[in-house]
Amino acid sequence: MANSGASAAASTAKTSAHTPAMTTSGASTLRMKVTKLDFYYGKNHALHNVSMDVATNKVTAMIGPSGCGKSTLLRTLNRMHETLRHTRLEGEISLDGVNILTLDVTKLRRMVGMVFQKPNPFPKSIYENVAYGLKINGYKGRLDDAVEKSLRRAALWDEVKDKLHKSAYALSGGQQQRLCIARALAVDPEVLLLDEPCSALDPVNTAKIEELLFELKPTCTLVIVTHNMQQAARVSDSTAFMLNGELIEFSPTGHMFTTPSDPRTEAYITGRFG
Amino acid sequence: MSLRLVWRKSLNVVMLSLTGLCALLTVSALFFILGYLVWNGGKDLSWSFFTHLPAPVGEAGGGMANAIVGTLKLLLLAALFGVPIGLLGGVYLAEFGGRTVPFLVRYTADLMNGVPSIVIGIFAYGLVVMRMHHFSTLAGGIALGVMVIPTVLRNTESFLREVPRSLREGSFALGANKWRMIATVVLPAASRGILTGVLLALARVAGETAPLLFTAFGNRFWSPGWNQPTSSLPVVIYTYATGPYEDWHRQAWAAGLVLLGLVLLTNILVRAFLTRGTAYERT
Repeated sequence: MANSGASAAASTAKTSAHTPAMTTSGASTLRMKVTKLDFYYGKNHALHNVSMDVATNKVTAMIGPSGCGKSTLLRTLNRMHETLRHTRLEGEISLDGVNILTLDVTKLRRMVGMVFQKPNPFPKSIYENVAYGLKINGYKGRLDDAVEKSLRRAALWDEVKDKLHKSAYALSGGQQQRLCIARALAVDPEVLLLDEPCSALDPVNTAKIEELLFELKPTCTLVIVTHNMQQAARVSDSTAFMLNGELIEFSPTGHMFTTPSDPRTEAYITGRFG
Repeated sequence: MSLRLVWRKSLNVVMLSLTGLCALLTVSALFFILGYLVWNGGKDLSWSFFTHLPAPVGEAGGGMANAIVGTLKLLLLAALFGVPIGLLGGVYLAEFGGRTVPFLVRYTADLMNGVPSIVIGIFAYGLVVMRMHHFSTLAGGIALGVMVIPTVLRNTESFLREVPRSLREGSFALGANKWRMIATVVLPAASRGILTGVLLALARVAGETAPLLFTAFGNRFWSPGWNQPTSSLPVVIYTYATGPYEDWHRQAWAAGLVLLGLVLLTNILVRAFLTRGTAYERT
């Protein structure tokens, strides 16, 4: 099942940008599950009663107009909201059946990684950037091998193998974002959260990263927030549409983009607002 | 041309000239001091000046080696004492704390900056010299260290705050806890600016005379270790310049030149090499 989904999605990328990705049906296991989540920034009720499933080794996309809460929701999945003051969360989020609020947050973040909208490499060398996560989590193996593996997974190895000790800032924007992906992958997370990873990039680099996501899918569960509907259609297996802090519709991507159930979803997808 | 226009044009020229002149005067003050010192002290600078101890009055030769070494030792102590406290305090202000405590700490640090250096000297006198029953390099180092703290604290805080939030988030997202994030990402990113602040703070206290008058006191000989009174450039300038001997006066000029040279060189090198941009990319 995973195979047909992946190949169908892959062929979609190569053919038309407008054909929604086909998905597999049936019993995919759930890697993460959000149940009745309410989220507050101080007094602002940002997320209302959101429930969502994140299927294992699939790409789940979240779309919606600016300010709808998709980034907020994404950031609860690895408890990044806790880096801000005055945030409050009610409801449950589980990873492999375990409530993430009971886990040690640093352990959680090793298992659920994140790539941000604007590439944020550290002011260190390329090597040190990728090795960072490994070092702080007490990696005991050979760093060189692990760094190479991550850079290969992020399709960056060939471009940087001769300049690993150069500063990360010497790379282009697209390369820096792939470096951030490599950095996140280095600690072998089960889930990778991507917050509009291509919005700061040109189409060529965007395409490279989308291809990267296809390659990562078999070994990693991906959740991507995107303001680009076509990207969601190209890349994801399931899509969630959000509006004003509510999850309006959550369905297989093919279904959402051809026959959406909710009129608001249809209005957004057809560009009547956004 | 109307009279009004003539008036406005001439006023413009006058003010431009006046402000330009004042700017020039400010700049030339530094060059004037420098030139005066070079003229009066330059001829007495020699190898023996830097390597010999003061000679008995009346004898030719002799130098200020003990004063130069003394100043360096005092600066080392000031750094050892003041920098860790200022640095970690700055980290606290930038990374932790709510509203009231950081505000109070900042306010107190700014007040401390305003305390006259001679008062800090008395403080060190009471705290250290009287307990030990003698003057010492240690007491002088502590006095200067206290003066270094507020500058380093505010400077560290300022540079830490400039490190973009995105770098901190990147570190958190990889599973770092707060202290790890600060130590491995934020501090290294701000290190250039912090180092600049530390060096400039030390260059500033290098010339402080008043606190040393009753802590390190002075010494005509070498001061081994940290427990004995020590000579230092500013105190020696004071002693020699106000002394009755011509020989002393000339040496005071030379010492003044050395001290100014030390401070200027530090400032120029720091600004030339360290403040060129930042390690991270500004967002």
